[in-house]
Amino acid sequence: MRAVEEFDVIVVGAGPAGLAAAMTAVRNGMKTIVIERGEFPGAKNVMGGVLYTQPTSRLIPEFYQEAPLERPVVEQRYAFLEGDNAFTAGYRAPAWADPPYNAHTVLRAKFDRWLAKKAEAEGVLIITETVVEDLLYKGDAVVGVRTGRAEGDVRGKVVILAEGVNALIAKKAGLHTQLGPEHVAVAVKEIISLPREKIEDRFCLEEGQGATLELLGGATAGMIGTAFIYTNQDSLSVGIGCLLSEMVKRQANPNDLLERLKAHPFVRKLIQGGETKEYMGHLIPEGGYKAIPKMYRQGVMVVGDAGMLVNGIHREGSNLAMVSGMAAGEVAAGAINSHDLSEQSMKLYQDRLKETFVLKDLYKYRNSAHLFEENPQFFTTYPEILSGAAREFFTVDSMPKADKQKKIWKMVTGKRAKGDLIRDMWKLWRTMG
Amino acid sequence: MHFVVCLKQVPDTSEVRIDPKTNTLMREGVPSIINPYDAHALEEALALRDKAGGKVTVLSMGPPQAVDSLRKAVSLGADEAILLSDRAFAGSDTLATSYILAQALEKIRQEQGIDLVLCGKQAIDGDTAQVGPGIARRLDIPQLTYVIKVDWIKEGEIQVHRKLEDGREVARAKLPALLTVEKELNEIRYATFPNMLRAAKYEPLVWGADKFHLSPAEMGLKGSPTSVSRIFAPPGRTGGEQIMAIDDPGSAAISLVGKLFQQNIIMVHPIARGGRD
Repeated sequence: MRAVEEFDVIVVGAGPAGLAAAMTAVRNGMKTIVIERGEFPGAKNVMGGVLYTQPTSRLIPEFYQEAPLERPVVEQRYAFLEGDNAFTAGYRAPAWADPPYNAHTVLRAKFDRWLAKKAEAEGVLIITETVVEDLLYKGDAVVGVRTGRAEGDVRGKVVILAEGVNALIAKKAGLHTQLGPEHVAVAVKEIISLPREKIEDRFCLEEGQGATLELLGGATAGMIGTAFIYTNQDSLSVGIGCLLSEMVKRQANPNDLLERLKAHPFVRKLIQGGETKEYMGHLIPEGGYKAIPKMYRQGVMVVGDAGMLVNGIHREGSNLAMVSGMAAGEVAAGAINSHDLSEQSMKLYQDRLKETFVLKDLYKYRNSAHLFEENPQFFTTYPEILSGAAREFFTVDSMPKADKQKKIWKMVTGKRAKGDLIRDMWKLWRTMG
Repeated sequence: MHFVVCLKQVPDTSEVRIDPKTNTLMREGVPSIINPYDAHALEEALALRDKAGGKVTVLSMGPPQAVDSLRKAVSLGADEAILLSDRAFAGSDTLATSYILAQALEKIRQEQGIDLVLCGKQAIDGDTAQVGPGIARRLDIPQLTYVIKVDWIKEGEIQVHRKLEDGREVARAKLPALLTVEKELNEIRYATFPNMLRAAKYEPLVWGADKFHLSPAEMGLKGSPTSVSRIFAPPGRTGGEQIMAIDDPGSAAISLVGKLFQQNIIMVHPIARGGRD
């Protein structure tokens, strides 16, 4: 019988949150193990595909020198679809093509694998193809995790749950409650291969540069959600995500939504001639601040998606994941060094997060989920108004401009009464402003 | 007992795609796995060790990345792993490969003895089934190929079942011997957590060309007379006839025997013919 090995920190899940937690713990002298169910880190990890530079640099300074990134994002564009029409707005900054950058497109299977190699080089032990089934208790105290393998109990002082949106262990530990359909978005995406030059031509990009395109309104058939197209080196990530509750209400199927999107005149030409190489789907925890579970208990912290740390409004997630992981890694090391693994000691993690953009941003948008749920007009009527107004504005038909403005305003108030318009703007400003 | 398993890291052909223009395998980005037949050889070695005691050493020849497969073997329970890796080995065909492996096995045999060498029946990326027998011949030990069952192993002797085209053969051999195995031999185990931990930290021994006795003329491109002129799938068998025997097996048998005589597949001996006359 081999001597039972004990770890300081056990991290469940090798995504950005878990790897950030593990790297931070190791840097603070903790003996750390990461247990991942996938064949390799990144094998099961999915996101739309935008990685933000500054938060990632906090974990690995100048990671962009060596990480497998797709393209630096120099342009972010929005398109509000209505019928066959589109109202677009965007911003382009060529300086974002150079360090220190703002964001890159990435493919997670490659990026996470690279990040895991970095973590291993720093001394993190990563075990793959192994499912953690539960926490291990001695009395009420957490003393490790139980894996699905034979002789699979792993002893550790602090467990950091970075297990992703389903948060099965956090649920078993009573930290997380069952996710409701209004708390998660269902997202599907395809990787569509295209030659580099085609991508650069179609998105008006210099060689190697990238763009993101977010599609709203008709893109999601008016459901709360967004569609997106991100440029990779020689492929496009094309996807769509909508709140599960909306999908259920409309009896919508995510695959149909994606096919519908790909056939839209605004999208069709962008992906024309491409070959679908991969298809993936995932849940995104978009319940917002009010749906954040309890993030700690004696000996345990919850980070990343498992802690509902996703900012749906700004399509941010991996940055919140890494920052929360780093905070948890530091708190774990501090607790272990001071021999205090109590709940009070773990609470420091949440206190730290409250001081960062992670909980500040989510708090700021705490009412947004409710706002959009109660006010579907933001995803249905307003894209129509925008499109209709633009159509009138740009149509040259010998009508005097003063009459045209009146006509536009009449169209607007015809779709939404004046009082409602004012109320909507007030609600939007109060929630988002 | 000392069991040595030869294993090859191969591209996972279930994920390999064929380049439609050149008809060659597109290996880029394809994950590597332990050759599936070799994985069954490893499993058998582990099971025999668990029963008879001793140790299991895995031996592989390949690029430095092949340590991944050796670690995987350790996670399944192998005790020790050795990687033969050197630029001088590059380009080896089955003749040179079996030479290099045999020389490494010879070194292991001299240092710690070997009771049984186990190989997969063939590798899924080449399908030659030549390296196992090649090793046995060079080590001058008995070879039992296409093994589907090991009856027993004891000091100095082993009994196995071999799969033949027309049946099974029960065969015995003196030890040390070499087996090449089929997949139906066993079910591969699920690694235990302590072995996963051990594997994650394990550093396989790496032997370059200077670590054991090798003649430069017999390895690498120099030692490889094979040249592949063409690769093709053999044509499927054509012709033939089915005689349905479900309703009336008796007349089906008569019809079959009649046809066998007609086509001279079974011939009537002249004497017998004479006798009938």
